[in-house]
Amino acid sequence: MKKQTSNFIRIVVVLSGIILMAVVSSSVVYSLVKDKIQLSKEEKLQSAIRKVLPPYDHFDSKPLEMNDGVEVMKIFKAYDKQNLFVGAAVESSSNNGYIGHIDVMVGFDKSGQIVNYVVTEQNETPGLGARIIDWFKTEHKSQNIIGKDASAANLSVRNDGGDIDAITGATITSRAFLFAIRNAYFAFTSTVEPEAPKTEVQADSTKIQ
Amino acid sequence: MKDSNTNIFTKGLIKSNPLLVLALGMCPALATTTSAINGLGMGLATWFVLLCSNITVSLLKNTIPEKAKLPAHLIIIANFVTIAEILIQAYWPELHDNLGIYIPLIVMNCLILGRAEVFASGHSVFKSALDALGMGLGFTLALTLLGVIREFLGTGKTFGNIVFPGEYGALLFVLAPGAFITLGFLIAGTNKLKKQS
Repeated sequence: MKKQTSNFIRIVVVLSGIILMAVVSSSVVYSLVKDKIQLSKEEKLQSAIRKVLPPYDHFDSKPLEMNDGVEVMKIFKAYDKQNLFVGAAVESSSNNGYIGHIDVMVGFDKSGQIVNYVVTEQNETPGLGARIIDWFKTEHKSQNIIGKDASAANLSVRNDGGDIDAITGATITSRAFLFAIRNAYFAFTSTVEPEAPKTEVQADSTKIQ
Repeated sequence: MKDSNTNIFTKGLIKSNPLLVLALGMCPALATTTSAINGLGMGLATWFVLLCSNITVSLLKNTIPEKAKLPAHLIIIANFVTIAEILIQAYWPELHDNLGIYIPLIVMNCLILGRAEVFASGHSVFKSALDALGMGLGFTLALTLLGVIREFLGTGKTFGNIVFPGEYGALLFVLAPGAFITLGFLIAGTNKLKKQS
């Protein structure tokens, strides 16, 4: 009986020791590279913003946030040298991707035309849904959304009566992506003085809800 | 000759290659090798964890009581996987994005636990390290090869460099069935090599 108890105590002591060692070593490593992780996250965001904006001089590093109850959108406004508004980058997302979450950064110029987009996070099927990273930038039939004015064109897939060709074999992904784009446009027009006619903006906002 | 140091190192390459002969660690091998760079990254991450855990387990082999072996080894492995994930996140963020959930899942890679149980808990630190180096190298090579073949046939690229236009690629090879087909051919090839030697 005595031997069993001492054995048990030994197991507890050894396991606790190992756990303590593990906690200490992983926290030491984490605290060493914490800044670096933060930096690379920031860098990723910055480079996405730079890629999607029209020619600009500087942009607000503190984004405007907009919460529609489901998604949070961040709007980074950009200005030229005279401090005149040239456009904005909007970070938007959708939870309805084929495999979860899709995050996109979309850039609009001041008239609301799409300048460029970057998919910042996605887990879609490689070779199918994952093609969103360049599919909607490619000039082929009517799959390109670059240069489109979101208030004039119906940015949803053809199956839903829209103007955009979905990725072959990945309609769900395309739907989620275009939802994020429409949402971004909605955020853009509601925070930035829209130059597009007001009525069409409202038409678009009903579609989102 | 059987347990010489060179033997311990080289057996992981072909004779008992963890992926192609022992068929260990199949899940990450099939899921992450959609491109050469992902395969290589996964291989290197596994290699790092394997080496660290083998050394630690070997160091502690006389301290850990027989009954607490499994939980102790799991904690050690999980610790190194956490460290590996933090490091990848800091220094190779693109890879972290690409591999996603498969990095934390290295904990469950039976290759690492298997080597800790079978080899490291009964051998010296030096031999355990050698064993981890050889096994890890074999695993990394197999994963990279799998990734290179799948990426080339599926998208026409090698390590991201375009070799032929993507439209002519067979999408099948990027998807799961292509992983099984490629793996099958690689195992067949390894068996041939094994017979010859």
